[in-house]
Amino acid sequence: MRNVERLCLAHFWVAFAAFLVACILGTWQMWVRSPWGAHVGTPGQYFMSVTAHGVAMAYVLTTFFIMGFGYFVAVTALQRPLPGKIWAWGAFWMAIIGVVMVLITVLTGQASVLFTFYPPLTASPWFYIGLVLVVAGSWVWCVLMIVAMREWKRDNPGKPVPLAMFATVANAVMWLWTTVGVAVELVFQVIPASLGLVQTIDAGLARTLFSWTLHAIVYFWLIPAYIAFYTIIPRAAGGRLYSDTMGRVTFILFLVYSLPVGMHHLMMDPQHGNGWKFIQMLLTAFVSVPTLLTIFTITASLEIAGRLRGGRGVFGWIAKLPWDRPAVLATGLGFVMLGFGGFGGLINMGYGMNAMVHNTSWVTAHFHLIFGGSVVIMYFAIAYEIWPRLTGREHASLGPLRLQLWLWFIGMMVMTVPWHWLGLQGQWRRVANFNYADPIIAGWGPWVLVSLVGGFVLLASALLFVRNLAILHRSPLPVAPRPLYALAVHPPHRVPAALNGFGLWNVLVLVLMLLAYGYPIAQFVIEPSPAAMVHRVH
Amino acid sequence: MTDQPVEIHERRILGTELLWAFGVGVLIAATLSVIVFTALTRQINPPSNVERIDPKTLHLSGEFAEHNLGTTVGPDGRVTVRAIATQFMFVPRCIAVPLGRPVTLRFASPDVIHGLLITGTNVNTMVVPGFVSQVHTEFTRGESLLMPCHEYCGLGHSEMWATVQVMRDDQFKPGPDGRVSCAQR
Repeated sequence: MRNVERLCLAHFWVAFAAFLVACILGTWQMWVRSPWGAHVGTPGQYFMSVTAHGVAMAYVLTTFFIMGFGYFVAVTALQRPLPGKIWAWGAFWMAIIGVVMVLITVLTGQASVLFTFYPPLTASPWFYIGLVLVVAGSWVWCVLMIVAMREWKRDNPGKPVPLAMFATVANAVMWLWTTVGVAVELVFQVIPASLGLVQTIDAGLARTLFSWTLHAIVYFWLIPAYIAFYTIIPRAAGGRLYSDTMGRVTFILFLVYSLPVGMHHLMMDPQHGNGWKFIQMLLTAFVSVPTLLTIFTITASLEIAGRLRGGRGVFGWIAKLPWDRPAVLATGLGFVMLGFGGFGGLINMGYGMNAMVHNTSWVTAHFHLIFGGSVVIMYFAIAYEIWPRLTGREHASLGPLRLQLWLWFIGMMVMTVPWHWLGLQGQWRRVANFNYADPIIAGWGPWVLVSLVGGFVLLASALLFVRNLAILHRSPLPVAPRPLYALAVHPPHRVPAALNGFGLWNVLVLVLMLLAYGYPIAQFVIEPSPAAMVHRVH
Repeated sequence: MTDQPVEIHERRILGTELLWAFGVGVLIAATLSVIVFTALTRQINPPSNVERIDPKTLHLSGEFAEHNLGTTVGPDGRVTVRAIATQFMFVPRCIAVPLGRPVTLRFASPDVIHGLLITGTNVNTMVVPGFVSQVHTEFTRGESLLMPCHEYCGLGHSEMWATVQVMRDDQFKPGPDGRVSCAQR
């Protein structure tokens, strides 16, 4: 078991080190774009910073955190040793080598292509090969998760897989499906182009393949937060999970619906017809179903906790919840951010409304609120819950933990509310600086400064978070044993095979992917679009 | 084995969940109905005109050759604007459009992916090499608008923008060849 704890901690510390660096870079970027930061930094430095921020947050923080959390769940929920521990360490080091390759290429200015890279602009091949190594490491993790669940099922015939593990494997299966798109793009298009083996590239096809990965990847990042909602939070609040079945349905819906929707990122693109965009918009609407179900089930679970603590009336139970516990506080704050972010997402989904906000600060605000806000705050909550189990030491005081969560929430709201407004005013994304002398842009200045203040608050929160975890390693208090995972109100004794495995659902994913992406990808073979010359930034 | 009250309670939980799921279904159906209704009745659609063009030669001849860029009023009175998005500018850098008349905007890129929006309007499209991006719109306010590139296209991306001059009828006067430029204002 000690070895697994070291494995988890190694993954988490890489994730959070990347997170801290990315927070510093993000704040610097906001300063450069504000009226206070005019003439600070060059565009070269700015886009290097944006690339590093995006890669660190989206690929390093998430992938390492999810892998570490998965190993933790596999050992604690299944209560058996992790299969293939050597493979897990091998995957860790492979991903580390990948990260170092990415880091070197980005810092030497050979990979300023942002993290959602779109050819024909191509970076150094080592940037892409490094990312492929990170993804390949995560594939090893996926296989280990599937093997762990299979071994448990073999030894426990007919028993329902513990929900935390079921959800983790749902995420692994989904990740295997979704990385196919970007893997095909990188291996067959981008890496040959960046190596100089080919001189032209089909930009429309590359964008389409990336979109395959582009939305489901967000759900890969999001599912750990939902695992916490269903399996950790009800217990942390002192209650029970309202419905185990609802949890299984939710994670299956994430697997099925997050994949055939990526083209909604291409609604303003010229290479796909109206009909295909329309189909994927309809499918996108269904992705809100698992989230809306979750809001209900988790609220009901928290209500149970509140009533057990003596809450009365329709809303009285809310005040009775143990808000002093970081996990409960994070859930409450996370739900608020999820609400605002989800509303913005519905606007983005809207087939016509998207034209108003596409590639504006609105979109940046939306995903910072959903991912940076509600997902990352649950990463904090998970870390705070399981760190004592990994180190064997207890938090000396919960005050700094609560302060950190509040700072993150306040910073995120102060940063993203102005961004939403600026997006509606037409402030566009991905520029190194704004010319505040322009009369249209001048009016944005105060809003940009408010959002910058939010950025500073977020940076303070990030520093406090890393401090809170670091000092726990030297805390003198030994951890008191207590269960982590919530029991359901009615723990399942048997569940239908469809809710205990993914065979059926993989078939459904295949059908939906053929429906949503079959022709949109085939069109590039039937009638190839004229290729563009490769533009190398290195 | 079965405990009667437990089973009733389990069924009640299932009942509340199904009721909520039904509400979710109604909510989504209502949202989609609004989107479909406006798409059908007001032609609110994303720019989706799949039209291929070779990025390597588009500026040498044909529609996007130099003399065709800018604003043209056709014999039938239709206003068409053609522009190239290239590292790191739009050609032309100022676009003249009429107030309150339908305009068709057509863009193409000879090099990398660009994108554009016109501040304060619903004009927003990606410009992907290999395709012509087309947007139909009507400008309802007479002023000078910004048209930045909104997709990262290289280190000079931040310097890439054009202006859009929305002209009233007395200003928007096509020349004998049907062409209008910002300079005429």
